[in-house]
Amino acid sequence: MHWLFSSERPMPSSRKPHVIRCSLPSDLTAYHELVQQVLDKLQELGWKKENIFGVHMALEESISNAIRHGNHEDPAKQVHFHSELAENCFYAQVCDEGTGYDPGVVPDCCLPENLEIPGGRGLALIRAFMTTVTHSDEGRCVTMEKQLE
Amino acid sequence: MAKYRHIEVNESAHVSVVRFLDQKIIDPDAIQELGYELFELVEKDNRKKLVLNFSEVEFLSSAALGKLITFEKKTKRLEADLILTNIAPEIFQVFAITNLDKLFQIKDSEADALAVL
Repeated sequence: MHWLFSSERPMPSSRKPHVIRCSLPSDLTAYHELVQQVLDKLQELGWKKENIFGVHMALEESISNAIRHGNHEDPAKQVHFHSELAENCFYAQVCDEGTGYDPGVVPDCCLPENLEIPGGRGLALIRAFMTTVTHSDEGRCVTMEKQLE
Repeated sequence: MAKYRHIEVNESAHVSVVRFLDQKIIDPDAIQELGYELFELVEKDNRKKLVLNFSEVEFLSSAALGKLITFEKKTKRLEADLILTNIAPEIFQVFAITNLDKLFQIKDSEADALAVL
């Protein structure tokens, strides 16, 4: 895993954000250390438990989606992660090296007719816990932001 | 006697009370094993009344939700009763966001579940 820490992106905070950049292998067991590092930093920045839970969910679902559905767990492909953390804002971008997809065609997991389908809930959870979620590069990248009041 | 890695099963008045042992249900292999352990309760052991107690669970992924949905379908097919209990507010929010609070029967406590089973 390659790590880079620096301060780059302007954040709505009095202090410079904590920046984490890294590339992850397409392995569903290889990103938990990274996620824990983000959660620990948010706790250090004074984030409440319920807000950290939402970030945890968004990271878990976006990174596992990139590995499973984007890269199809291909060891030759990586997931690229960039995050900026501050007292009142969480930002993250997760990009895979897959063929892309149209997030608009993912079935709505919350419709009554889809309730018994085991998959397809990750995107709904990311959208629910984040303030904004955008997709780019033909679905290979998801950018998430959570602003605290 | 069956040995489980991810659940603990106790019998209470003909009801099987199942407690999760993992605080975080994320790891794909663990979720797969958890599924086998849950499925065995109804498919092999033929248990007909089950309570799933979430008191130890602090986090679960959508992959874990998928396994629970498959388990719910199996219980329904085998005409077993299933009630989820002791779900922390953050975890309940996950069920509510995905409308799974409408698929599963959910009670506050084991006692509430045992009262209706």
